[in-house]
Amino acid sequence: MKNYARYIKLLTLSILILCLAACKKDLIDRTSQYPALTPANQDLNADTWKTVLVADPSVFTVNAPDATNSPAYVADLNEIKGYQRNLSSAQLAIIKYWSAGAVLRWNEILRNLVAKHNIPPYQNLDGSYPAPSSANPFAYPQFPFSNPPYAARAYAYVSAAQYDALVTAYHFKKVYNRSAPYVNDANIQALIPKSSLPSYPSEDAVVAGASVEMMKLLFPTEIAFIEQKAAEEKLYRIMAGANVRGELDAGETLGKQVADLFTARARTDKAGAAIGNQAYWTKLQTQTAAKGEQYWISLESPKRPPMLPLFGKVKPFLFDTLTVAAIRPGPPYSTNSPEFKQANDEVLHYSQHATRENIAQTAFWADGVGTYTPPGHWNSIAADEFVKQNYSEVRWARNFALLNMAEMDAAIVCWDTKYFYFNPRPSQVNDQIKTLTGIPNFPSYSSGHSNFSAAAAAVLTYLLPDRGSKFNDLAQQAALSRLYGAIHTRQDIEVGLTTGAKVGQYAVNRAQNDGAGSGN
Amino acid sequence: MENDGIMIPKNYLCPGLMYSNSSWTNYWEGTFKRNNGNLGTVSTKEYNLMVTYGLAKNLIVTAGLPYITTNASAGTLEGQKGLQDISLNIKWKALQFVAGKNKLSFLASVTGSAPISNYEADFDPLSLGSHSRNFTARAVIDYVYGKYFFTGSGAYTTRSDITIDRNSYFTTVLIYSNQVVLPNMSNYNFRTGYRSKYFIAEAIADISTSLGGFDITKNNMPFPSNRMNMTSVGANLRYRFKSFYNLELTASDQYVVSGRNMGQSNMIMGGVSYIFSLKSDKITPQANYYKN
Repeated sequence: MKNYARYIKLLTLSILILCLAACKKDLIDRTSQYPALTPANQDLNADTWKTVLVADPSVFTVNAPDATNSPAYVADLNEIKGYQRNLSSAQLAIIKYWSAGAVLRWNEILRNLVAKHNIPPYQNLDGSYPAPSSANPFAYPQFPFSNPPYAARAYAYVSAAQYDALVTAYHFKKVYNRSAPYVNDANIQALIPKSSLPSYPSEDAVVAGASVEMMKLLFPTEIAFIEQKAAEEKLYRIMAGANVRGELDAGETLGKQVADLFTARARTDKAGAAIGNQAYWTKLQTQTAAKGEQYWISLESPKRPPMLPLFGKVKPFLFDTLTVAAIRPGPPYSTNSPEFKQANDEVLHYSQHATRENIAQTAFWADGVGTYTPPGHWNSIAADEFVKQNYSEVRWARNFALLNMAEMDAAIVCWDTKYFYFNPRPSQVNDQIKTLTGIPNFPSYSSGHSNFSAAAAAVLTYLLPDRGSKFNDLAQQAALSRLYGAIHTRQDIEVGLTTGAKVGQYAVNRAQNDGAGSGN
Repeated sequence: MENDGIMIPKNYLCPGLMYSNSSWTNYWEGTFKRNNGNLGTVSTKEYNLMVTYGLAKNLIVTAGLPYITTNASAGTLEGQKGLQDISLNIKWKALQFVAGKNKLSFLASVTGSAPISNYEADFDPLSLGSHSRNFTARAVIDYVYGKYFFTGSGAYTTRSDITIDRNSYFTTVLIYSNQVVLPNMSNYNFRTGYRSKYFIAEAIADISTSLGGFDITKNNMPFPSNRMNMTSVGANLRYRFKSFYNLELTASDQYVVSGRNMGQSNMIMGGVSYIFSLKSDKITPQANYYKN
C-alpha cells in the first residue's frame, strides 16, 4: 500500500503540473509593446519632398491659427488641463497606444479591416456567386471582399494619401510655426516625448483625416468604427498635451482635402470593373484554348468566377499602363511540354512529402482567407522594422507609401500576367496534388506571393540597407512556401520573384529622387 | 471511461485498443448549418491504445495514446495523420451506499492530456487536435437499481494557450502573436441502461460547451479558438464472454444532434480489451459487470 501511495502522489503531482500549465491564459500582442515615437530627425525639409498626387501644397486652405494670447487658444489650453487633472487608466492606455505613431496605428487599423473583410462570398442556392456592391455595401456579401489585389490597392491609397497629406502639413507647419502646447504653457505636461516640430496643423490629425476619408471609400461598412478611432486619436493628442483642438481640427480638414485627390483617382482607376463578367471569363478560356494550352478552371465547388481578372488594367502608381505589358514575363512552360509535367511532378513530391518545417513555412506565409493578405504581411514586417528606426511621421508615411505603391503595382503586373496566360494550378493538372493551405481561385503563373514579396523586399532593402539580405531571404521563404504548400510550381515562384523585383525597383528609383534621402 | 461508474479490481491490468471513425458532411458555421463542396465529407479515424490499472480498491488509472488520420473527400486540402495527445486519467470511487437493490456511488476523476507530436493545430477542420495541454476534473454519480442504472457526470476542462505557425491571426480583431488562448470547456454526460454480469447496454447523451471563443463568420475558415459546442446522443454496448471473461468487446455509435462551429458527425467505435491480474488471481464475473 505504501508503494501505491507513492505512485498516487507522483501521479497527482504530474497532473497538477499539467493543470498549472493548462491554466495559463495570457497573451502579449507584440504591437502593444511598441514604444512611444521619438523621431531621431524631424525631417523639417519634408515640405519639399516629392508628392504622389499633390502638385502644390500651398493651394490647400489652412486658416491661420488663433494667436497664442487669444481667448480661443487659452480655452484650448484649458481643455488640455481639464483632461490632465485626472486621467483614467483607460485614457492612459489610449495615450500609450497612439503614442507609437499615427501612420503606424492607422496602418494596423487598415490591416485589421482587410483581414475582417477578406472572405470570399458564399454561393447562391443555384450555385452562382453573389458579388459585393459598393453601391449597397451592407447587403450580403458585404463590400468589399478585400482579397489580395483589393488589399494591395487599399494599402497603397491610404499610405500615399497619408504621405501627401503630411508633406502638405509640413508646408503649413513651416508657414505658421506654432509651438506645442507644453511649450506655450508650463502648466501643461507632455505625456509623450516632446517634439520641436511646429504643431499647427497637427500631423496626427492630418493622418487621421486622410485615413478616414480613404477608408470611407474602401470600407464603407466600417465608417462608424473608423470615425471612432479618429475621435480617439484626436482625444489622445489633447490628453497627452501634444496638440490643442484647433490644431487637430485644422489638420483633419487638411487631411480630408488631400485625400479627396486620392478618392477621385480611386473612383476612376478601373478597379471597380476588375471583376469582369461572364463573357470575359469565357473569353479567357477560349483564347487560351486557341493557343493550344490547357486553361485554368476554378477548383472550388461550385466553380467560382476567377478573382478580379481585369485587375491588370488598373492604373498603377509607379508607372504607366504600357509598362505593365512591358514588364509582363514571357510565357510559362507549355501545358503540353515535358517541362510543365516535370514542374508539376515536383509539386506532387512536396505535396506527398511535407516535412513539419515545410508545413510551418506554408502556414506562416499563407496569408489566405481571413488574413491581412501578403501585402499586409509585408506591412507588418515593415512596421516591426520601422519602429526601431525612430522615423518622423512623414518618413513613416513616405516609406509605407513606397512599399504599398510597389505592392499595388506588383498586384497589377501579376494579375495582368495571370490572366494573360490563364495557366492551370498544379492541383488542376494532377488531382493527386493535395495542398497544405487553401488553393487560391485564380491562375497559377506567376505566383502572387512571389511578386508581392520580391517587390516589398526590394523597397525595404533600399530603405534599410543595414538589414543586409534579411528581406530578400524572407521573400525567398515566402515564395518557396508556395511550392512547399503545393500551390505553385518552381517556375511560378522564380518568375514571380523576378517580376516583383522589377516592380520594386520602380519604387526604389522614386525613393532615390524624392528628396527624402536615406534618412538613416 | 472517465464518465462512467465502472471500476476494475486492484492489481488488475486492462490493455485495449479502440478504433473509431467519425465523419460529417454538414457542419455549423456559427449557428448556420451548411455543407461545403470544397470539403465533401470530412472523416477522422482514431486508433487509441489504452491501458487501465487497478491501483487500489477504489482507485484506477487509465492511460491513452491515440493515432489519428483525417481526410476530406473533396477539395484540395491534404489530410493529416499522426500521434495526437497522450492522456492520463485517475478515477476514484469515493463513496458508495447500498440499500437492498439500490446502490449509489460517487466518483471523482481527473484527466491530464498533452500533445506528444508536433502536429499543426491551425489546420481546421483537418488538424489532428487543438495541440493544447488539457486538464479535466469530473464528478460522477452512479445509481444502480437491480440491473438498471443511471450515471450522470459533469466536468470542467482547462486548456492551455497554444502556439501556431503564424505570428498574426484574426479572431474578432487582428492579434499579433503566435499564441492563441483557447476557451475552457464544460461537459455533461448522461448514460442509462442495463448492466449485468456479462454486458452493459446503455443510451448516452453528451453536451459539450466552449466557455468562450468566437463564431466562424460566413464562409470564413475555422480556427482553434472558435466557440465549439455540441450535443450528441448515442448507444454503447460492452460485452464479456462467459467462457472467456478476460476479453471484452465494445461497440458504440454517437451522433451529433446540434452544434456550433462543429461538424455534425456520426462516430462509430469498436474496441477490444483484455483484463488480467498481475498477481495471477483469476477474474470472476460479478453482479453489475464488475467491481461496482
